[in-house]
Amino acid sequence: MTTATAPRPPETPARAATPGKRALVVGASSGIGAALAKRLVAEGWQVAAVARRAELLDLLAAECAKLPRAGGGGLVTAVHDVARAHEVPELFERLARELGGLDLVVYAAAVMPKVAKDEYDTEKDLEQLAVNVGGCIAWGNAAARLFQSQRFGTLVGISSIAGERGRKGAPVYGTTKAAMNTYLEALRNRLSECGVHVCTIKPGFVDTDMTKGMGKLLWLISADEAARLILKAARARANERFVPRQWWIVATVIKNIPSFLFKKLNV
Amino acid sequence: MTASTNASRFDAAPRGVRSSFEYVEGWGMAVGAHGRVFRPRTVDELRAVFASARRDGVTLGLRGSGCSYGDASVNERGHVLDVRGMNRIMAWDPATGVAECEPGVTIEQLWKTILPDGWWPRVVSGTMFPTLAGAAAMNIHGKNNYAVGPIGDAIRAFDLVTPSGELLTCDRERNADLFHAAIGGFGMLGAFARIVLATKRVHSGDLEVRALRVPGLAEAMEAMDARTGSADYLVAWLDAFADGAALGRGLIHAARYLEPGEDPDPARTLAVARQELPPNIFGVPKSEAWRALRLLNHDAGMRALNAAKYAVSALEVERGAYRQSHAAFAFLLDYVPNWKWAYGRRAGHGLIQYQVFVPKETAYRVLRAVLEESQRARIVPYLAVLKRHRPDPFWLTHAVDGWSLALDFKVTPETKEALWRHCSALTERVLDGGGKFYFAKDLVLAPEHARRMFPAKELAAFGALKRRLDPDNLLSTNLARRVFDGFA
Repeated sequence: MTTATAPRPPETPARAATPGKRALVVGASSGIGAALAKRLVAEGWQVAAVARRAELLDLLAAECAKLPRAGGGGLVTAVHDVARAHEVPELFERLARELGGLDLVVYAAAVMPKVAKDEYDTEKDLEQLAVNVGGCIAWGNAAARLFQSQRFGTLVGISSIAGERGRKGAPVYGTTKAAMNTYLEALRNRLSECGVHVCTIKPGFVDTDMTKGMGKLLWLISADEAARLILKAARARANERFVPRQWWIVATVIKNIPSFLFKKLNV
Repeated sequence: MTASTNASRFDAAPRGVRSSFEYVEGWGMAVGAHGRVFRPRTVDELRAVFASARRDGVTLGLRGSGCSYGDASVNERGHVLDVRGMNRIMAWDPATGVAECEPGVTIEQLWKTILPDGWWPRVVSGTMFPTLAGAAAMNIHGKNNYAVGPIGDAIRAFDLVTPSGELLTCDRERNADLFHAAIGGFGMLGAFARIVLATKRVHSGDLEVRALRVPGLAEAMEAMDARTGSADYLVAWLDAFADGAALGRGLIHAARYLEPGEDPDPARTLAVARQELPPNIFGVPKSEAWRALRLLNHDAGMRALNAAKYAVSALEVERGAYRQSHAAFAFLLDYVPNWKWAYGRRAGHGLIQYQVFVPKETAYRVLRAVLEESQRARIVPYLAVLKRHRPDPFWLTHAVDGWSLALDFKVTPETKEALWRHCSALTERVLDGGGKFYFAKDLVLAPEHARRMFPAKELAAFGALKRRLDPDNLLSTNLARRVFDGFA
């Protein structure tokens, strides 16, 4: 027998092909995204933080450098405008390689410009669409391709309570969040077959730049508290989760108000 | 903290060509790697991918639907080019039965297009998902190999984009050497850009099938040999756990095409909808059925399942001849979607198929030894399939005038060392008996085995052609490096 010269079995699985603690956060320069990145690094994850504003990413990197490193967490950053969807495949690949694999992708990028009561600005609206929906689809598709092929991974999309109904105050912001909800639900249904999870997060009011100057807000929580609840939901493989959870009550009421009444209300 | 990166050499992607970062694995899941996958939609995009890979000094592995069990379409040291973006049937002539297809057209697309006109692909695999480019590159065979040869015998001509970007039209007269080398050339000489193939006239959407139970290997081979003249398809399932006097017991399926007039209403049976496989299995939705198989995926469970199948087969034999649609007869592997997940879903868990091809003179002795040694080593295949074959003119063909036995072995990170040692021992037996192997199924061979199984003249000619068309070794895969030392 030639067992001495026998061919060797392939050296799989490589580290990248087995689950670990490697996360990609899109929209990580401020608000919930930044809070998530910090929490993950503190918990020992390798995190890639993607955002448009380089100076805020540097700030985030400096803050993460100060975190206790017991678990061996780390942060890499990449400057990217999510409206430039064609850049996503290459950047996604570069970051996934740098992290040595990928287990979690969070899409937290969003804009919510102030809209006057009588304002119908198509350019501004389509810009929101590009960031909130276009970017989500570009990064979501890249994540879905990878996760489906490796049969593990979690995609978390930060949507909003605002996607439940079309309201007077922010027609297109609500539209983008409703689109995101449907897109994420479809991915969840597609990917559950191969063990991949997609989690839709619907925050209420979170103390970030987005809610600055809105006055006193119901059930306002800090970005860090939101991040804690989001990671908890993702670990529990929640399908849809209101953050904090009591928004579920509000959403259920709002969803069930008939249109003839809803159009008279100022919500 | 920044992780070290080898990303820089992967940076320049050709503009406009779709690509993504994925885990690319063999169908059996025992081998795979993360990497970039390109999906060109046109010949120009395909050339652009070749050019950019050449510029970056990165190899490309060609891939269709990824149905090869082993590492034939895995390239862990470079990029992967998935041809499924080019998937139009460019021309179909229902008068002559000749189809002209882009490389990513699948067997499924082809049969669904041509069957309503009364045609069926001359050669199909046990699954309908392979692309024609993949089928041609691996030179696939079906349950009728003894009668009609491999798919290469049905191919009239093809266009091949060579690594330099040149488009060569090949058939049995023009570039005949390349025609016979690229079919079965496992994607080493170029990418198929167009495939012209002949199909088979059928007079019904049904076949007439007859099941025959055999108590042992000798009886199985005898019964199949007795039917090669009358049956259009022949395949035997064997219970690889049965030993002693029952060694090689199993069930033969023999099928024949219906003659004109035998089917009173061919228009009805030729309809695609009537060919579809059943959506439920014992009331369980197909998509979840693999979970039931998962519960049985160990030696005791599979011993019981194989024994039960043999016992139940008596009922099928009693039915006598029955009619079954082409798709239901041909595509057994598609009955339970993702059945391979029964072998485990984590990377590195899965199966290999080890298919040996043995000339008829030594077949009985060698196949018997393969089954016996597997039982003795307690590494018993969960599935064993016996087929009859004939030689063909392709340079690196796996075909012999003889028999093949395809064995599904379970792979886990813990058991793979022992499994590879076992296969290595079996390989010696097979090569000593003048046998061969098939790259769509292989994950265990080494260069010394290639040198022993192919005639020296063909092997040298193939290497020379590879070096002429691809001097920089642009096209490479794990398989090419494992079995051919990367044509270095």
